[in-house]
Amino acid sequence: MSKFTKALLGATAAAAFASHASAQDVACPIKVGVLHSLSGTMAISETTLKDTMLMLVEQQNAKGGVLGCELEAVVVDPASDWPLFAEKARELLTVHEVDVMFGNWTSVSRKSVLPVIEELNGLLFYPVQYEGEESSKNVFYTGAAPNQQAIPAVDYFLEELGVEKFALLGTDYVYPRTTNNILESYLQDKGIAAEDIFVNYTPFGHSDWATIVADVKELAADGSQVGVISTINGDANVGFYKELAAAGIDAADIPVVAFSVGEEELSGLDTSNLVGHLAAWNYFMSADTDANEEFIAAWHEFIGDDSRVTNDPMEAHYIGFNMWVNAVEAAGTTDVDAVRENMWGQEFPNLTGGTAVMGVNHHLSKPVLIGEILADGQFDIISETDPVPGDAWTDFLPESAVLVSDWKDLECGMYNTETETCVQIESNY
Amino acid sequence: MTATTTNPAFGPGRRKPFVMRNPSVLVFLACLAIFTVGVTILSEGFGIGVISTSFIKTLGKTLCLCLIAVAMDVVWGYTGILSLGHFAFFGLGGYAIGMWLMYERTRLIVAESMSNAALPPTPEEISSGIATQIFGVVGASEFPPIWAFAHSLPLQLLAVVLVPGLLALVFGWLAFRSRVTGVYLSILTQAMTLALSLYLFQNDSGLRGNNGLSGLQNLPGVTASQDIVSMWFLWASAFALGAGYLLCAWVVSGKFGSVIRGIRDDEARVRFLGYSVEGYKLFVFTFTAVIAGIAGALYYPQAGIINPAEIAPIASIYLAVWVAIGGRGRLYGAVIGAAFVSLVSTYFTGGQAPSINLGFYTINWVDWWLILLGLTFVLVTLFFPKGIGGLFDLITDRRSPDRHGADLGPDQGALREKEAEE
Amino acid sequence: MTRLLRLLAACLFALLPAAAMAQDTDDLSEIQALLQEHREIIEKSSRRTIGPAIDAIAASGLPAAQDVLERWQAREMWQRTDDGLFFFTEEAGEDANGEDLLTLFDIATGEEVGTVLEDDMDQLKPNSGIRAMMGAALVRFQLTDPNDRVRNRALTAIERDAQDSHLATLRSVIAEETNPAIAARMARLERLLTIRFGEDDAERIEAIESFSGDLGVDLRATLNPLVQTELRVAEGEAPEGEDVARVLRPGSEALSKADAYTLLVREELAPPLISGDDQKAALVANIIDGQVAGIQVADLNTDDARDLAYAELVRQGAVEAAATEDEIDEIIDGYAFYEVYTATSPEVVAAALGALRSIDTKVAVNQFLDLTLDALSLASIYFLAAIGLAITFGVMRVINMAHGEFIMMGAYTGYVVQQIIPNYTASIAVAIPLAFVVTFAAGVAMERLVIRWLYHRPLETLLATFGISIALQQLAKNIFGTQARPLTSPDWLGGALVFNDVVSISYIRVAIFVLALIFLGVFLFIMNRTRVGLEVRAVTQNPRMAASMGINPDKINMLTFGLGSGIAGIAGVAIGLYAQVTSELGQGYIVQSFMTVVVGGVGNIWGTLLGATLIGFLQKFIEWFNPSNTLAAQTYMIIFIIIFIQFRPRGLIALKGRAAEA
Repeated sequence: MSKFTKALLGATAAAAFASHASAQDVACPIKVGVLHSLSGTMAISETTLKDTMLMLVEQQNAKGGVLGCELEAVVVDPASDWPLFAEKARELLTVHEVDVMFGNWTSVSRKSVLPVIEELNGLLFYPVQYEGEESSKNVFYTGAAPNQQAIPAVDYFLEELGVEKFALLGTDYVYPRTTNNILESYLQDKGIAAEDIFVNYTPFGHSDWATIVADVKELAADGSQVGVISTINGDANVGFYKELAAAGIDAADIPVVAFSVGEEELSGLDTSNLVGHLAAWNYFMSADTDANEEFIAAWHEFIGDDSRVTNDPMEAHYIGFNMWVNAVEAAGTTDVDAVRENMWGQEFPNLTGGTAVMGVNHHLSKPVLIGEILADGQFDIISETDPVPGDAWTDFLPESAVLVSDWKDLECGMYNTETETCVQIESNY
Repeated sequence: MTATTTNPAFGPGRRKPFVMRNPSVLVFLACLAIFTVGVTILSEGFGIGVISTSFIKTLGKTLCLCLIAVAMDVVWGYTGILSLGHFAFFGLGGYAIGMWLMYERTRLIVAESMSNAALPPTPEEISSGIATQIFGVVGASEFPPIWAFAHSLPLQLLAVVLVPGLLALVFGWLAFRSRVTGVYLSILTQAMTLALSLYLFQNDSGLRGNNGLSGLQNLPGVTASQDIVSMWFLWASAFALGAGYLLCAWVVSGKFGSVIRGIRDDEARVRFLGYSVEGYKLFVFTFTAVIAGIAGALYYPQAGIINPAEIAPIASIYLAVWVAIGGRGRLYGAVIGAAFVSLVSTYFTGGQAPSINLGFYTINWVDWWLILLGLTFVLVTLFFPKGIGGLFDLITDRRSPDRHGADLGPDQGALREKEAEE
Repeated sequence: MTRLLRLLAACLFALLPAAAMAQDTDDLSEIQALLQEHREIIEKSSRRTIGPAIDAIAASGLPAAQDVLERWQAREMWQRTDDGLFFFTEEAGEDANGEDLLTLFDIATGEEVGTVLEDDMDQLKPNSGIRAMMGAALVRFQLTDPNDRVRNRALTAIERDAQDSHLATLRSVIAEETNPAIAARMARLERLLTIRFGEDDAERIEAIESFSGDLGVDLRATLNPLVQTELRVAEGEAPEGEDVARVLRPGSEALSKADAYTLLVREELAPPLISGDDQKAALVANIIDGQVAGIQVADLNTDDARDLAYAELVRQGAVEAAATEDEIDEIIDGYAFYEVYTATSPEVVAAALGALRSIDTKVAVNQFLDLTLDALSLASIYFLAAIGLAITFGVMRVINMAHGEFIMMGAYTGYVVQQIIPNYTASIAVAIPLAFVVTFAAGVAMERLVIRWLYHRPLETLLATFGISIALQQLAKNIFGTQARPLTSPDWLGGALVFNDVVSISYIRVAIFVLALIFLGVFLFIMNRTRVGLEVRAVTQNPRMAASMGINPDKINMLTFGLGSGIAGIAGVAIGLYAQVTSELGQGYIVQSFMTVVVGGVGNIWGTLLGATLIGFLQKFIEWFNPSNTLAAQTYMIIFIIIFIQFRPRGLIALKGRAAEA
């Protein structure tokens, strides 16, 4: 915290000088709101992102800020309490008058702040993989949409591992539900029969996995290759993987690909029995590029702990923040509408190589990586696709297949291509 | 806006007017009126803009929390039933109003988007359009049966009262009938809350699972800005609190009040005196559940979102904490407790509270606030069972009589007005 | 020194590319040339395309083939970036600049070739699909390997990816196998492969019959494909014949009318249906002057009006007729729908069906047993979590909401011990008594400081202990963070007790079950056979009388509370071993534990045991009815308990007589 305070003090002090020098149409300092939970259940994941943002702001200030202004991070704590997210977002926009916000982790917290941001015309960068089916005028989604994580992973299962029977295991909330719906529909398109898809939902923090693991094992009885698609969230993964290991299920027999298990989650586990199971992300800490090495080094220095891992949402913030900086420089102002227009088509190099491009549907185009779990808790990247543009409305559900999002030409986030009408400008929450 | 303040003609007319016998009610209503007028003057929507809209919303929500705390006080402080389920009723009220808000807003959007189609939409098309919009997020596109009345505001308003009321009635009837009392009842109510929140967590429950109902702050068809709307809700909440307070004060006074306090202190004796203890308890339980439902229906449109996490058992325990810290057995104690603890909580968890640097360790309030709260609670229970309300006793020089070691009944913290005035 | 190293490194880099360049294609070893030939698909590394490369290497007959495949499979083969040559590698530390180095070995001879920067090399990373193919290709080499482990690996490869060539290979080596375990495995595999790839039916049927009574997943996986069916349609009656599995009635559960009609459309036996969208489009296309077939557009806001307008359009000949509901039924009635077996030989199908039928009943029975075992395990976990509570709540009538946090404290104690003592067995042996000591002390402290002042105020005890509970939880978060911490069981507790392919239970759960039994015994012994137990019972029933008999109730209460808390701590270690250690660990068990005690009957350990059993079994069997939603099972279970308590408010085993009044 002391580091943060110092950074804040430094930023304000420097900003006091910079504001005189600035001739541009911006009020110095430029305020960057950070809306991540620092307490409550989501604190561990989100605190890391708060620190990432502070690091990025510090780095940018060291480079001379933006438009001659220092950046000032305004951190609030929505305490993993979803209604509080809306309250804090309003506070950031009206009391602190921030120019941009970076924040949220869970879908429900995003849905909570959406109406506030749209009402007050704010700007939010959302860094976590999510279920899609949304495109807000005021939000840029730098995490993966289902077609940037789930679909490529399933393709990998189908093509590379020859999986014929799927177990979709998830925690009972919106991301697994929607993702599994999309996958069920996608798999049936690919010729997998409905009875060959086993779906199960468990509560948050579930620990009694014996029966479910036995059910999965039993799926192989008809001679098909079975694969598990896991959207199990957070702590529950620990019990799940422990039970898998105890049941002697080898990754070569029944592979598991997880969408919510990253470097952070693996640190709560002994991974020696999980070697070979998979995860799909847009970023792995093990990516072998110079930019990534630099990023990790800077992170370790900032946080003062060499054992801390980096993860996918951190990269999302890294890309989102830098794109925003570039868009502000291009627009010459921090005005939300001007910045938004300059965001379209923004390009920035990924940490894993290649270039991320922001689309007019406010989603990024990024490559999809598939990694195998190693004994040291890291991932070995075994597959990398070409950049996939994020799809706000999935093509694999009949209701949303007809929808597109294009804020540039159609000026609509939910455009029905069949009736050629804009269903709505504001989001459905 | 604050009609309550000018409503003295309440209560039985033959004797001295009710409010005259209970001056604390008048004082409270006056304070509430001054507060409401003051906030209005300082607000962004109607006044000079000193108080931000986000704080107005906090204040409005706090008033709703005070209302449910008053209900909790009636059921715990006066009747001795430590219910750990009243936040479930609060949440149900919120869900009931939320369904209409969500349905109606979505209906307007869908009707708007379909209005320029080549063919006029059929009712089925409109209905499926709304359902897709609302339930698309949980992967469904049809209305579950419980949404049958969501299109009608009057029916959903009725549900705000009926759903919590009926649940409380059925649950209370079952529990009181089999003479489940004391801590057993507390655990049972907690189990009920847990069951309800687990049920709502399921996506199949038809209330959008973990995501809950959101965007509730946008009133359908209202174009006024949130600066204005939040004031409307503040007034409504203040009115509800005033009316609820008056009603509760009236209920706990007089003979009815004596009986329920008798039940609190010694249930068996009251039963032997010929009173239908179960009937009294059931009435109080159901009555307060309805108040909780109404408080919830006012709270969640201000919060903007309701989801099952709101109903989790811990929320109901916090409710008991507020009442205990404020002082049981006195309605103003509940209000003070709820307002004080929830506002202080907001302050400490909001990240504004300055960290304390001890040199070797920095106390970060975000991390330490809950510990402080937990320990405060232990200390209050041990040393100040009367809570903040006990301070008023010092001022008014009310002392508990010396009972020479005899038992005061199970709840020492609760105010025993008649005895205290001896 | 560093300068010298740097110089050395510089020389090395200067030399290496030159050495590489010098290698002309002609100089390449045969195996290297073969790999280079397939270089493109090897680099692509996709299961779909890699087949020819693996086959070529396996069939090349080169001495290095086995080695190449094995080390490629183990990811020890790398490719040099600049010339695309393949090498085996070993890590060779770091150079002076901290860059990783690799030692290269020739793939044909295994000779050391030199050391290069890791950055100049690409690792070949075959995915597990490709690794399975390599395993299958390696079988022919590995089955004759003298090493038991290698032969076992080959057999595993056959199990994963069997090919018909394996049958002959397996038969050729089976007689020479000396290790009895491997020989048995080979024999079983040989029969399974015979069922799949056997030449004549008699041989296959014999193999099928030899498995009678076996319920292995591998056997079922072999048999089930033999009895696969395919849906077909025929005009009039379904043909009779041995390969017809069953005739389906449209509109039944197995075949909906819509599916039946879709099948007809696909076989081009019926006209396609017109969907609502098509109808709409047709109507829109025929809007003339704001009217469709004489009906105002504004009136087309119901389905009936639209059907009417469409019918009118059909009458006018503007659009094609669409099938109506009745017509669909009529068309469907004209056809028979039936399933046929896809396998060629009816005799084999019959044998497989017979075998499967006998297996199915057995599997059902065994699945029931497995579920019972799971339920028993869950019951023992609930019992373990609740037993401490049975003491504090059941015996002393003190509501301790912080009980869950004592469980958590025990689990974290286990975690901390494991950080200090890396040996898992030793650390568990230390952690269990230590957890008892830690939570015993915490329990005693809590009893002394808080609870003893509140003995006559049960509701306030509930709230005060709840305050302690949230404080402890937050404290754990501050110390350990909210991320789950690893608590790993020793190897001898890993794995599962396997009865057969259906019934199995992990050893850690068995251990928890045993632990629960031990606690039950200890509890019974202390309460019924020791002086302390006698005093506890005396104080519980009548503290004043007990005090006048010379028992110190204060001390007894303190000890009892400490004991209850200490047991919670041990339960925490056990629970942490099979699930996740987080600050919210205890919260998940607190309500359940109270339920267990209340359902069972307060004040009686047998009641708690019965309560835990009831709840464990109930939850598992509700899950069984609704396997896709575990959350629903929990909800229904709690509702059931609430209702149960209405009818037996004093629990399953109610105390009678004076004890009940205490």
